[in-house]
Amino acid sequence: MATRIWKKGVKVIRRDSAIALLFLAPSLVGFALFYFIPFVMGFFYSLQDNVVDGSFVGVDNYKELLESSSFRKAINNTLLFTGVSVPLIIALSLLLALILNQKIFFRKGLQTAFVMPLVVPIASIVMIWQILFDWNGTLNKWLQDMSIDRIDWMKSDWSMGVLIFVYVWKNIGYNIILFLAGLQSIPSDYYETADIEGAGRFPKLLHITMVYLTPTTFFVTLMSILNSFKVFRETYLIAGDYPYDRIYMLQHYMNNMFMSLDIQKLTAAATLMVAGILLLVSAMLYVERRFRQFID
Amino acid sequence: MRIVGKISLTVLMGIIALLMLFPILFTVSNSFMSEGEIAYNYQLIGKMIDVEAGGADGFINVKLIPDWLSFKQYSEVLIQTPVFLHKYWNSIFIVVPIIAGQVLVASLAAYAFAKLRFKGRDGLFLIYIMTMLMPFQVTLVPNYIIVEKLGLMNTSSALILPGIFSAFGVFMLRQFMFHIPSSYIEAAKIDGAGHFRIFYSIIVPLIGPGIAALVVLLFVDNWNMVEQPLIFLQDTFKQPLSLYLSRINEGARGVAFAASALYMAPMVLLYLYAESYFVEGIQLSGIKG
Repeated sequence: MATRIWKKGVKVIRRDSAIALLFLAPSLVGFALFYFIPFVMGFFYSLQDNVVDGSFVGVDNYKELLESSSFRKAINNTLLFTGVSVPLIIALSLLLALILNQKIFFRKGLQTAFVMPLVVPIASIVMIWQILFDWNGTLNKWLQDMSIDRIDWMKSDWSMGVLIFVYVWKNIGYNIILFLAGLQSIPSDYYETADIEGAGRFPKLLHITMVYLTPTTFFVTLMSILNSFKVFRETYLIAGDYPYDRIYMLQHYMNNMFMSLDIQKLTAAATLMVAGILLLVSAMLYVERRFRQFID
Repeated sequence: MRIVGKISLTVLMGIIALLMLFPILFTVSNSFMSEGEIAYNYQLIGKMIDVEAGGADGFINVKLIPDWLSFKQYSEVLIQTPVFLHKYWNSIFIVVPIIAGQVLVASLAAYAFAKLRFKGRDGLFLIYIMTMLMPFQVTLVPNYIIVEKLGLMNTSSALILPGIFSAFGVFMLRQFMFHIPSSYIEAAKIDGAGHFRIFYSIIVPLIGPGIAALVVLLFVDNWNMVEQPLIFLQDTFKQPLSLYLSRINEGARGVAFAASALYMAPMVLLYLYAESYFVEGIQLSGIKG
């Protein structure tokens, strides 16, 4: 009996497999060609001394990469950027989402405004950032009005702050949308029960909202970190190929290695980045699973 | 909530919302300035040395409302210089094929991932997602070699083809298809429908909102494309608006605001028109399946 069911199951899977392949074929061909194969190729290049007929050199490229000062600089800057901007954007978007979830006026319109920057192409507002952060710009004018010395925003360590500001401005709407969805999925009878028991506002926020929002928060954090690795577009458009040292990020490094045809360093850096991202994602998913078990 | 608290929270949020919208409002209002006024107001951008040499120690003159309403920038951009419209067309010609192609390819693949059982399905899907998380630079070199080998270098296909096959659409439409009850499909099977029949007469009509959301998200993402054309499309004649604008900011500042306003307009209008799809798309692709 059991074997018969099993055999039938195998048959179903086989028949499905053939059809699935038909549905998948167009996507698979393109995906393999433009994503998966490059991925694997990149890894092999990182172990060779030359792209064309290279010989296997093991981890030499990695050693050289780790010794390179500009790579270290790029790593440090990227980590600093992520370390500051991610907690900041999460705190701010959570706060805004909590307020938007209250019964205030014009909720819909306000949400529309907060999400708007997400759709505005960065290239179209570069001028505004220049006007704001230029040596002769608006911000410095305000500083001088308050009798504070001007700051060279784009050519000092402040450039990191400018970049964080632009990143938060651009991406905060994405997090707000996710947080609002999370908030609205918390059953309202939890709050009603708490009301009957006479719980105050703050305990409710802490023991109901924050607990049930944790899975969302995990996901938002993960996405924010991944997006923070992708700020190249902003930096490039505002500050060009070789921006001030402080905002020279991993992506800059990789882009410039490409331009100078240093393929070994580039592929080694790419592989390290992939490893880092995979490690991060699995760690986050692991912690999240533990948390879910804990809640149940 | 008490009415006072409600009003003050609304006001506070209103102020933040205005700050968020400021760059957009500023661009639009400044696009109605004459070139002369722009040159006068913003002449000090990037001039630092002057101050140290004891030169004019001034500030950029930021104006939200132009002195005179002028359509000169628009006529310059739209009528007198054909370059802008040409780049606009370049952008459209890159984005539209990507959207059409990805909707077709991804909806087929998503059906297999969501509703068919086959060996290695979950593993394959994991690989799809993985590539979605990586920054563009990760596969830069091999991508370059493949594009070169296929003879696509310096053609818009070098942007269009990878755009069509990105995993995002598969991921998102799969999420939407999960919500279609499998009993619909079983019922259709009993009535003798094959999988392709099921796909186009049951699945496609039901994931309409998902496709709409995908179209909006892809439009926004690809209209913004910067990294790919920078590498694969060095021929400035073929480049999309995004790269053109980053240069116009330096050279032809007088028309930059109108050019920027025209560049962001389709995105802003599309978003206002299809906001619910946009939001739903982000929520559904944000909740893991």
